[in-house]
Amino acid sequence: MISIRDRLIFTGQLLFTLLVAAFLIVPAILSMLAGVTVNYFQGIRSGVTLQWVIQVWELYADTIARSFVIALSALTVTLIVGIPAAYALHVRGGRLSRVVEEIITLPLAVPGLAIALGLLLTYGGFSDFRRSWLLILAGHVVFTLPFMVRSVMAVFAAIDVKTLDESASSLGASPWRRFLDVIVPNARPGILAGSLMVVTLSLGEFNLTWMLHTPLTKTLPVGLADSYASMRLEVASAYTLVFFVMIIPLLVAMQIFADHKRRQGAGR
Amino acid sequence: MPFNTFIRLCLLPLAMVVVAFFLLPMVRLVIVGGSGDLGVGAYAAILFEPRFRATLINTVMLAVATTASSLLIATVAGLFLQRHRFPGRALLVAMLTFPLAFPGVVVGFMIILLAGRQGLIGSITLPLFGEKWVFAYSIQGLFLGYLYFSIPRVILTIMAAVEKLDLSLEEAARALGAGPWAVHRDVILPALRPAFVASGAIAFATAMGAFGTAFTLATNINVLPMLIYTEFTLSANIAMAAALSVGLGLVAWAALALARSFSGGTVAAAG
Repeated sequence: MISIRDRLIFTGQLLFTLLVAAFLIVPAILSMLAGVTVNYFQGIRSGVTLQWVIQVWELYADTIARSFVIALSALTVTLIVGIPAAYALHVRGGRLSRVVEEIITLPLAVPGLAIALGLLLTYGGFSDFRRSWLLILAGHVVFTLPFMVRSVMAVFAAIDVKTLDESASSLGASPWRRFLDVIVPNARPGILAGSLMVVTLSLGEFNLTWMLHTPLTKTLPVGLADSYASMRLEVASAYTLVFFVMIIPLLVAMQIFADHKRRQGAGR
Repeated sequence: MPFNTFIRLCLLPLAMVVVAFFLLPMVRLVIVGGSGDLGVGAYAAILFEPRFRATLINTVMLAVATTASSLLIATVAGLFLQRHRFPGRALLVAMLTFPLAFPGVVVGFMIILLAGRQGLIGSITLPLFGEKWVFAYSIQGLFLGYLYFSIPRVILTIMAAVEKLDLSLEEAARALGAGPWAVHRDVILPALRPAFVASGAIAFATAMGAFGTAFTLATNINVLPMLIYTEFTLSANIAMAAALSVGLGLVAWAALALARSFSGGTVAAAG
């Protein structure tokens, strides 16, 4: 039996949750609409157009391409650096490994602004490095690396890596072969989850990038800030729309992946 | 190759990257922070120079308000979503967590679309009250922006914690005659405390360091990240900017470390 009081409480909570969801989602929808509206002030009645998206493409295509290059480079570096490190930290264990893990996770607590300032003060004198997008890449790697390492380590904690490793070792496989043929394939779910995270975070990173960019190395979020400050609302919205189109598939993939993992966990 | 050598080789790239691009820059930041006109006194100036102190208090208060409000909102919504199954629930959860990957600048723009000069709220209040409510560029707008990026983070942690709650405890409490309020006060909320501490610390640290949102919105609001930025670029007061960054980093890190010593889990802020 559902009492009237229970139903009232349910309705109240539902309305509250809907209100919160509206607060988060309505502005995103508004910006997507504004990006394809002829005149936002007059509303959607003024007509639908792709002219703003085209204008964004003409003005900012280079920032979009650069963001992808940086995100994929950051992914490459975090894969090469992160997977072996996660393996070594898991196998070694002990206090030293925990300290190392602690240090690499610090960039998540320290604001991006501080890291960027440190990078500028350290490498500002190397003008070629300072001027290139590689300095931005260095910042993105520091910021995204902990996600890759922890995501891969989480898989190692869940599967019995040591037994796998030892049985391969007893068959005479060298450490390097074992790493490539046994460890990496088994870590695949963690690598995939970490990769999605790295790419998504890198594509959206602003705090570090704003400090590290030069007029010639603008990324998408830097361009966004630029358009919010200096372009008409429709252009800024169209640019945001482009960003959403890039980021939403990644978010959906992450969601599907998390659901899949949860279902597997529940079935166990 | 001996196994131990291989393990050490595995850690080598990590050591190189972390030392070169994180530890060295952090050390440099601390040194530069203490080498301006004020010397090491720059660190004391954060607390004693009225302008810096006012900004610090402002930022901490804003971060505390954001944390408390997001915890409250996320607990009501998270408990509801985890305890009821109804059509459209998955969509609602997706909507509440969707902004998780938005950069701070985009969050700022969302607030402009809500409460800016051409914003939705203004266009609703104009016919209703005869005036346009425009508050995107004030402290209320900034608070709304901070809520925008905190709610999804907090709600995820709380929902995960609610899922793990032991239902038999609630049933026992109910069997002993506890009403819904008593069950919430004495059973559910205490059990969720670790999740409150962990997600609250993340919300606080993220709000302290949030730069993108403040950068998009703040024309004249003083928060610490904006102060650092203006000291660095406009005043070219690099030493003070470095000292302030170290202070900001310490506050954010301390909040997370404190939370972890309470809850035992791993806690991290991002964004």
